[in-house]
Amino acid sequence: MSRGHFEKQNTRSWNAFKRALFDVDRRKRVGDAAEFLSLYRRVCQNLALARTRHYGADLEAQLNRLALRGHQHLYARRMGVWSRIVHFVGAGFPQDVRRNHAYLWASLILFGLPFVGFIVAIQLQPDLAYSVLPPEALRGMEQMYDPAQAGKTMGASVDERAYMFGFYVYNNVSIAFRTFAAGIACGVGSLYFAAYNGVVLGAVSGHLTQIGYGETFWPFVIGHGSFELTALVLATQAGLKIGWSLVAPGQRTRGRALLEETKDSMGIVYGFTAFLVIAAFLEAFWSPWPFIPPAVKYAVGSALWAGVISYLAFAGRGQ
Amino acid sequence: MAEADVLDTYRRVETPEGVELGIRVAGPIPRAMAWLVDLLIRIVIYVVASIALAFLGAAGGGMFLLLLFLGEWFYPVLFEVLRRGATPGKEAFGLVVLHDDGTPVGWSASIVRNLLLFADFMPFMYGFGLLSMLFSGSFKRFGDIAGGTVVAYRERETRKRKLPEVPPLAPNMPLSTEEQMALIAYAERFDSWTPARAAELSDLLRGLTGASGEEGSKRALGMAAWLLGNR
Repeated sequence: MSRGHFEKQNTRSWNAFKRALFDVDRRKRVGDAAEFLSLYRRVCQNLALARTRHYGADLEAQLNRLALRGHQHLYARRMGVWSRIVHFVGAGFPQDVRRNHAYLWASLILFGLPFVGFIVAIQLQPDLAYSVLPPEALRGMEQMYDPAQAGKTMGASVDERAYMFGFYVYNNVSIAFRTFAAGIACGVGSLYFAAYNGVVLGAVSGHLTQIGYGETFWPFVIGHGSFELTALVLATQAGLKIGWSLVAPGQRTRGRALLEETKDSMGIVYGFTAFLVIAAFLEAFWSPWPFIPPAVKYAVGSALWAGVISYLAFAGRGQ
Repeated sequence: MAEADVLDTYRRVETPEGVELGIRVAGPIPRAMAWLVDLLIRIVIYVVASIALAFLGAAGGGMFLLLLFLGEWFYPVLFEVLRRGATPGKEAFGLVVLHDDGTPVGWSASIVRNLLLFADFMPFMYGFGLLSMLFSGSFKRFGDIAGGTVVAYRERETRKRKLPEVPPLAPNMPLSTEEQMALIAYAERFDSWTPARAAELSDLLRGLTGASGEEGSKRALGMAAWLLGNR
């Protein structure tokens, strides 16, 4: 085919593509996306033909320009870092959590059952706490939440609160990361960490309530607990997700399944990390604040719980 | 990435343009050494920081714990992403972390592979990681499989070898492409052997060269020169 014939045959679609590009550039929207795509592919094919048939540098450059403009519109990463973060916080993270609801319920049961179970059981059978934790550990907890000592140990100086912030980030985020990473052992590792955390936290809470320290303990933990316990459940959720990809990879190799499911669970990982940093901040600077009546702490804590739960349940629905 | 048919660490990656690129994956030993170097560097940072932060009292202790947290989980991430795929330890051993498709590692893949470092560490001293590396075909620990990454040797500029100068000699029989390439490779690597080893190798070609020892080696080089077009 001669160059003239080739040009005659295709000029109409090139001009149509030029008009479509002009529309996108000026009005920032595509009239007919399917048509835009088919015109773009056609230009790409024409460009390849022009090259192999040596139709000449000027025609080639002209087609290359058209194809490049189309390419840049199609493959551009439209969102900048900030709008991606805004989207993630506003919709992406809660959507990720809800999309994987089976793992969420499994993880909630794994953690919640031993947690609530131990709190209740210790009220009925107080000695049970000593079968879970060594007496020294329980004594340490008793000292921290002794109502007679209230205000002395908990409302420490700003310096000490800053120290505790660092400690909570280091300790709690590391625990959550390990809970997630251990999930790769077919989920067993996350399962273990979730149940272990449930048992230990349940035993401590149950013990302190049973000996009558509940009036200092619950107002202290209710605020940051909203973010902290939720984050632990989410870490288990993500861990179970990557573990299950090895148990039941579906129509994929196990390596491929692990790669895809891990990529898909990273939203939850970023989310629970942020939750734990918020929790550490609350635990260091809000929870130990002295002179705030327990009623206020209960009210704020309940509001935080309601906020966290409704955020995960409703944010970004219908988007 | 294609599985290797032969026992080799050379892996081919196809680019969207239809060209194949080769990378050489790194095994457990250099990676362990790199890890050790990084560990030492982290320890030095921690010691220096703890001395400096000691002046700030309890708040300094909190900052130290934050540093410890960042160091233990994100030290490799920061270096791998911001310093073209290598922590200082990897840099020292000429290693680099790449995506499976040969592009430099990005944030999300690097975070995955380093979070899962904890799982690879289990049950002790990277036991699972080592097992995974030995079975995966491309020395991938679990973190590499999940993140879609591979640790390879950094491509280094190699100096162009000068071929030994010998008069060209036409082979007395037709040679297949592979045989021709073997002869050319022999000439290219001739420099790196002792004359005795070079002769020993060319003795394998006695059927082709019709001579042994130094004479056979010289004839093999001559054929390589002839194949390269010095006629």
